[in-house]
Amino acid sequence: MSAFNGEFGGPLSHIWDRERVLAPLLIAPAILYIVVLVGAPFFLAVYYSLSDATTGSQSLHFVGLSNFQAVLKDPVFRKSLINTFIFTLVSQALVLVLAKVLALALLKDFRGKWLVKFLILLPWTAPIALGTIGWMWMLDSIFSPIDWILRYMGLLGAPGAILGANSNLYWLGVPSLAMLSVILVHTWRMLPLATVILLAGLTSIPQEILDAAEVDGAGFWRRLFQIMIPMLLPIMTVAVLFGIVFTFTDITVVYLLTQGGPVHSTQVLASWAFFKGIEAGDLAQGAAVALFLFPAMAGVAALMLRLARRTEVT
Amino acid sequence: MAGLRQIGKRSSLYGVVIFFSLFSAFPFFWMVIASFKRAHDLYTLKNNPFLFNEPPTLEHLHHLFFGTLFVKYLINTVVVGIAVVVITLVVAVPAAYSLARWAGRWGENLGIAIFLTYLVPPTLLFIPLSRVIGFLGLQESLWSLILIYPTFTIPFCTWLLMGFFKSIPLDIEEQALVDGYSRVGAMVRIVLPLSISGLLTVVVFSFTLSMHEFIYALAFISSSALKTVSIGVPTELIGEFFEWGPLMAGALIPSIPAAILYTLFLDRFIAGFTMGAIK
Repeated sequence: MSAFNGEFGGPLSHIWDRERVLAPLLIAPAILYIVVLVGAPFFLAVYYSLSDATTGSQSLHFVGLSNFQAVLKDPVFRKSLINTFIFTLVSQALVLVLAKVLALALLKDFRGKWLVKFLILLPWTAPIALGTIGWMWMLDSIFSPIDWILRYMGLLGAPGAILGANSNLYWLGVPSLAMLSVILVHTWRMLPLATVILLAGLTSIPQEILDAAEVDGAGFWRRLFQIMIPMLLPIMTVAVLFGIVFTFTDITVVYLLTQGGPVHSTQVLASWAFFKGIEAGDLAQGAAVALFLFPAMAGVAALMLRLARRTEVT
Repeated sequence: MAGLRQIGKRSSLYGVVIFFSLFSAFPFFWMVIASFKRAHDLYTLKNNPFLFNEPPTLEHLHHLFFGTLFVKYLINTVVVGIAVVVITLVVAVPAAYSLARWAGRWGENLGIAIFLTYLVPPTLLFIPLSRVIGFLGLQESLWSLILIYPTFTIPFCTWLLMGFFKSIPLDIEEQALVDGYSRVGAMVRIVLPLSISGLLTVVVFSFTLSMHEFIYALAFISSSALKTVSIGVPTELIGEFFEWGPLMAGALIPSIPAAILYTLFLDRFIAGFTMGAIK
């Protein structure tokens, strides 16, 4: 086909039919967009992190690695780094287990499944900033309905109650509970995505294989661990990788729920970069903090590539 | 015995499903209740928070629509969303077509590379981009969002459309070429009409993804009349008067259409996410 287009076309009249011209021409705008507004800013971030850029001044000076030194010495940064890992790993471990249970349930047919699916997907399909507003009230220091339920059950707010005699737990005011709350909201948010990805994987397992295994006497657990999980491994990896990227780099949940508080106990890399770089105007250190997000992302991208290659071969 | 076991299985299934539905939708159920609950009822700690202890009211909705900039946020969101959809289509459709039709090994890798840029987090780029936006004189303007949002919609939509275009048989197109169409003519008249559902998916996702976006809007825009719902509702409605009723209604109203649209097209979205890990 390419021979046909190339050999018989005049130089101009068939320029649209020449693959050599047309293929790069059609893809150029997309590449340009990505290079100019993703690639260049990335290198700009690296450049800022090696400079003394601030929002106030236009001039830049190269300062070497001093921003990184300053950032690494900062206890708040170290806290943010550790928190980012804790929030990501714990929430994704929870997501993986819960998504598996939920996906297995959704594999069955039952009445009202579309409604259930709609409700379960809400944390992912509704804008996260708006969903988090719902949680702000759930976890409010005075009006929390969760506290109300606990009080109603007698677990809270009475002398001798298991969770204490105070009328509230102060979810976002106590460091350990604030961390728990952030993990809870991240888990809540990523569960739908992992569930539908796993569900797509489960439905792609041929029923005959499972039936044959059942006929051969394999029980539920055996089928789960020896057939479903091994066959699902590539797609489970995809679900986890996306979960990691989105949670690791998220700022919305922490910014809206706790602003990193109380006393930086829920600060993460993304929020700390924002407070430093935009609110305090120290672009250089903000960029240095944000760049610590890069190794994790690059690692995930590399794993994805390996996965893509492997599925291509088989 | 078998019947009993069946009932047991069935009820544990419903148990799981109901538990997860409640967990996922709980904050949204709460928004519905709070949107219609009288302020006095909301703030009386003894009252059961899940019931209407006093008759429901429309006062919060009235205040939200007539006493705040909420309608402005909705309009801003729609304006940005539509502009982003247009840019995404104009850039991603030709790119995806090119990758789908002329992809050798080289094109395949390029496609994957474009998809991977979707993973570059906005939280890494917002600092340099805020400087770029300032340099272009676009700060405090919706144009800043219209320019930047396609950086995450184009990679994903190109990837999604590439899959769609690949599934259209080459024969149909070759027939069109024989009939005298140019290559671009064949794409516009033959391939695009066959990919309507793919294009619709791109429209829905570009729109909902720009509606979801938070960090760029937070970094680029601070004048309240220019905010989108994702930042206007949590920053302005809380800052202004901190009343739970209108705030909850303001969070609920944009969430519902976004969730319905997204859910309708979710399966295609997931197919793009899983990159052929399912065969």
